[in-house]
This record gives sequence, C-alpha cells and structure tokens, in this order.
Amino acid sequence: MSGLTLLMTDTEQGLQQIKQQQLLTLTQTTDWQSKYRILMQLGKGVPAFAAELQRDEFLITGCDSKAWLLHEYHQPSGRHYWAFDSEARIIKGLVLVALCQLNGLTNFELSQINFSQLFALPGVQQNLSPSRQNGLHAVLKKLSQQAGLAH
Amino acid sequence: MNFDLAAFRAEFAFFNQQPDWVYLDNAATMHKPAAVIAAETEFYQTFNANVHRGAHQLSQQATQLFEQARDTVAAYLNAHTREEIIWCSGATSALNQLAFGLMGTVLQAGDRVLISALEHHANIVPWQFHCQQFGIVLDVIPLDAHHQLDQTEYQRLLALKPKVVSIAQVSNVLGHMQPVAAMVQQAKAVGAITIIDGAQGILLQQPDVQQLGCDFYVFSGHKIYGPTGIGVLYGKLPTLELLRPLLYGGEMIQQVSFSGTTLNQLPYRLEAGTPNIAGAVGLAAALRWLQQWDQTAIAQHKHQLLQQLYHGLQQFSEIELISQLQNNAGIIAFNIKGEHHSDVAALLDQQQIAVRAGTHCAMPLFALIGKAGAVRMSLAGYNSPQEVDRTLVAIRQVLEILS
Repeated sequence: MSGLTLLMTDTEQGLQQIKQQQLLTLTQTTDWQSKYRILMQLGKGVPAFAAELQRDEFLITGCDSKAWLLHEYHQPSGRHYWAFDSEARIIKGLVLVALCQLNGLTNFELSQINFSQLFALPGVQQNLSPSRQNGLHAVLKKLSQQAGLAH
Repeated sequence: MNFDLAAFRAEFAFFNQQPDWVYLDNAATMHKPAAVIAAETEFYQTFNANVHRGAHQLSQQATQLFEQARDTVAAYLNAHTREEIIWCSGATSALNQLAFGLMGTVLQAGDRVLISALEHHANIVPWQFHCQQFGIVLDVIPLDAHHQLDQTEYQRLLALKPKVVSIAQVSNVLGHMQPVAAMVQQAKAVGAITIIDGAQGILLQQPDVQQLGCDFYVFSGHKIYGPTGIGVLYGKLPTLELLRPLLYGGEMIQQVSFSGTTLNQLPYRLEAGTPNIAGAVGLAAALRWLQQWDQTAIAQHKHQLLQQLYHGLQQFSEIELISQLQNNAGIIAFNIKGEHHSDVAALLDQQQIAVRAGTHCAMPLFALIGKAGAVRMSLAGYNSPQEVDRTLVAIRQVLEILS
C-alpha cells in the first residue's frame, strides 16, 4: 500500500499469512509441543527490526525481554498498521497472534475488538510467567493507546 | 554416605502437593520442612502475643520464644553474645541498614568502600546511593577470566585503604564461592570494616563468625529452609554500636521527649517496630532441624547433583555454560546459543521445571560478562538424581522445539 514504510508493508504480508495459516492451526493444535513450536517460529514470518529501529522510544517497558512496537496510521485509508520485534521468540509469537487480528483495521473496526481476548490461545496464556504476563499487558496498553482507544 | 534422600525429602510437604514439579529455583527461595511450618503454626495458635512490652504472661511467653530464637541463631553462627544478633526482614534490609548505618559515623567524604563485580543489587545500590550523597568513592573488585574475583586487583584496591569491604560469599548468579575468609583477613589488615553477604553462602556450611573474623555477616531465613520476611544481621558489638539506625520507633527507644530521645541498647536499638516474631521462631526451628541432619552428607549429595547436571548440560553442544564447576555452591547459569533465556525458561516451565531467567538482580555482572541474561538452575539437598535426569530430558525437548 502506498504511503506505508517497507517495514509496515512487509509486516502486513507476514501477518496476513499468519492469520490465514498458522492462527487456525494454533487454536486447533492440542499438544503443547506443536503449539509452542509454531508460536516460536511465527516471528520468522515477519521482518526483524534493524538496529536503528531498536530504539528506546519504541521500547515497551515492563517486558523481561526487550520488545519494540511501531505504529503507523495510514491517512488515505484510515487504517492502522503495526510492526513488532522482541528478543524473546515467545513474546514475538504471542504479539504477532494479536497483531494479525488488528493490523489494517479502521478506527471503527478496532473499537469492535475485544483487546483482552487477543492473546487468548488455549493452553498458552495461563502458563505464562507473571513477568511475561506483565509484558503482554504492557504491549496491549500501548497498542490500544496507539489505536486511539482507551483500554 | 549416610544421607537418606527419601527421608529428607519426606520432610517437605510441598513435594507431595506438587509431585509433578521439579524445583530448581532454590537460590530464589527454598521449601520449608514440616518442623518450620509447625513452629510458625504453633506460635500463632498457642503463643501469639506482642513481644517485650506486654503486661501479661502471654507476652512474656512470646518474648521468651522470640529471644530463644535469637540464642539459637547466635549459637548457629558461633557469635560471642546474643546481642550481636539483630533481626531484620532479610539480607537486603540488613545490607541497607549497614550502608545507611555506616554513613557519617564511619564513612566521611573522600573515604572508599569496596564491593565486587558479582554482588547482588542489594549489595550495590544502597552503597551507590549513599556514597553519592556523602561523597564517598565506591570501588569494585573485577572478575578474572574464570568469573572469579580477581585477587590481584583486590590487593591493589585494598592498598587504597577502603574503610568498608562488603562482599558476597557466593555469587547468586554463577554459584561461584569466593575465598571470603582470606579476603576478610586481608581487608582487616588494612583496617577495613568487613561485611559478608551470606545470602547464598549460609547453606554452604555452618558459618563460624568468630573464625571468619568479619565485622558483619548477613543472611535471609528463607534461603536456609526458614520463612520469608525474616533475616539476620550479625555484627561485632563495637561495630554494631557505630551503626546509625535506619528505622526509628517501638522497642528501639528508651526515653522520648520533645527535647530529645535516648535509644535502647543492642540488639533492640536496631530493631524498630514489631518484629516478625513467628518468622524468628520459624527460622530458629529451621536451624535446629537442619542440625539434626548430617550437613556434610547433604553437601556431598548436592555436589553430586551439581556434577550430574553440569556434565549433562555439557553434553549439548548448543548450550553455553556460564558457571564453572570448580568452587561452585550448586548454581548453574547457562544459555542456549542464539536463544533468549526467557524462551528457554518458558519451555522448561511448560514441562514443570522451575528455573529462573534474567539478570537475577545482578545487572552489572551481566554487563561485564557481555550477556543479556541467563537461565539459572539452583539445587538443594532435597533434589534428586531422577529430577536432574528429567531436567536434562526437558532440555532436549526445548532444543527440539527451538530448532
């Protein structure tokens, strides 16, 4: 889409693929090994942040691993786009699961989303450590702020 | 070896309640034997009252138990007198009391304090803040190539005549034991006040503070089978007298008027507010319980587990060990090459192996060794060879999922 940075368009492509392919498998897979294998590999489908993008202004505070979130609002279409990277594969995987459900939505569409359900993967979230849960909550807060929603 | 692991393990109800877990986070906190839980429960059920100032016999009984607990700790450490034992909430609060308490009374602008590169934040940050305010120089003993304290550098820094030397007996990240007895002697030779952070060292062997010769030794109850929220600041009387109290109020006061206040004698002068009475009773129970066991045999058993785990981890080419096996108190820090420590911990957690991942309250150490963090496995006497085997199988599974 014109007007978006290359990082955003590449991320959008990756997220669409996750939404169409891995998301369903993830929710249907019952053995934890396969579920985590998919989750841990999700990050490979979207571009990693170059060193100059791993800046403190994009850093999410509250994660035990470093994580960066970028947001762009595409004025002509009125749609929101995100890109995300993290040192930890599991955080990246979980956030991409959330992002693939949000990316490219309009303000109105975003207002219809139940943000608290975005990370709800059966058999995963309840097993996350307290610090990781905090991290995801921090991502969620930033996401909804950027989406212009009070959360 | 006369150590009955099954009998030892049976003392811990936790393992019956959580039979599927392998608990390798003992450096964070340990499980409590029945004797400790019973002592705390009995205190609350039968003797609960506030100590020292009650006008009734119940308070007298509670005071007696509380002061007996002090005697138990004094005997355990081989202190000269019971007044040398100050209750506090843990090693962190003890170190905070020491840093605050020595400022102005012992330490003046231009003086030096010497700590080491492998300290826990609790033995760095209080010094850092107060030193800055008082114009005191904080020196740091660096590490050698084996991640042990560089003894040559230590000699050089001692020559600068620090007034205080404060070092950990065992690194909480790496498990490396430091030659604290020798280091204390050398520090004393230059006239320094010496502090040993025994948080991870208290379990190594029963410390003999007279033999160690240190001015202060601090530890937390929950890292030696005791309750959380109770710890000990041991100090030689003359040096304890130098400390400015960190907290005021309660039993630490003798006489108050608006024109001035006189403080109580040691040990009460440094114990403001209602103490953790049940915690003190519980900690004393832990020490008495531990002494019923052959501690050398427990240490041998733990060392065998350490070797089994260390050699097991060494079999995986993907694993980078940060800890050394030599002089190790039972902690292994490692990473899987190219992977983030929190991913490894998450996959172990999924298999009900409890470990810690991160910088373990020792960020400067990780900056020095050039790592973002590590996975830490820490062993205790109640762990078994079967648990180590299970952990190694779990690691194989982690490697498969990440590959």
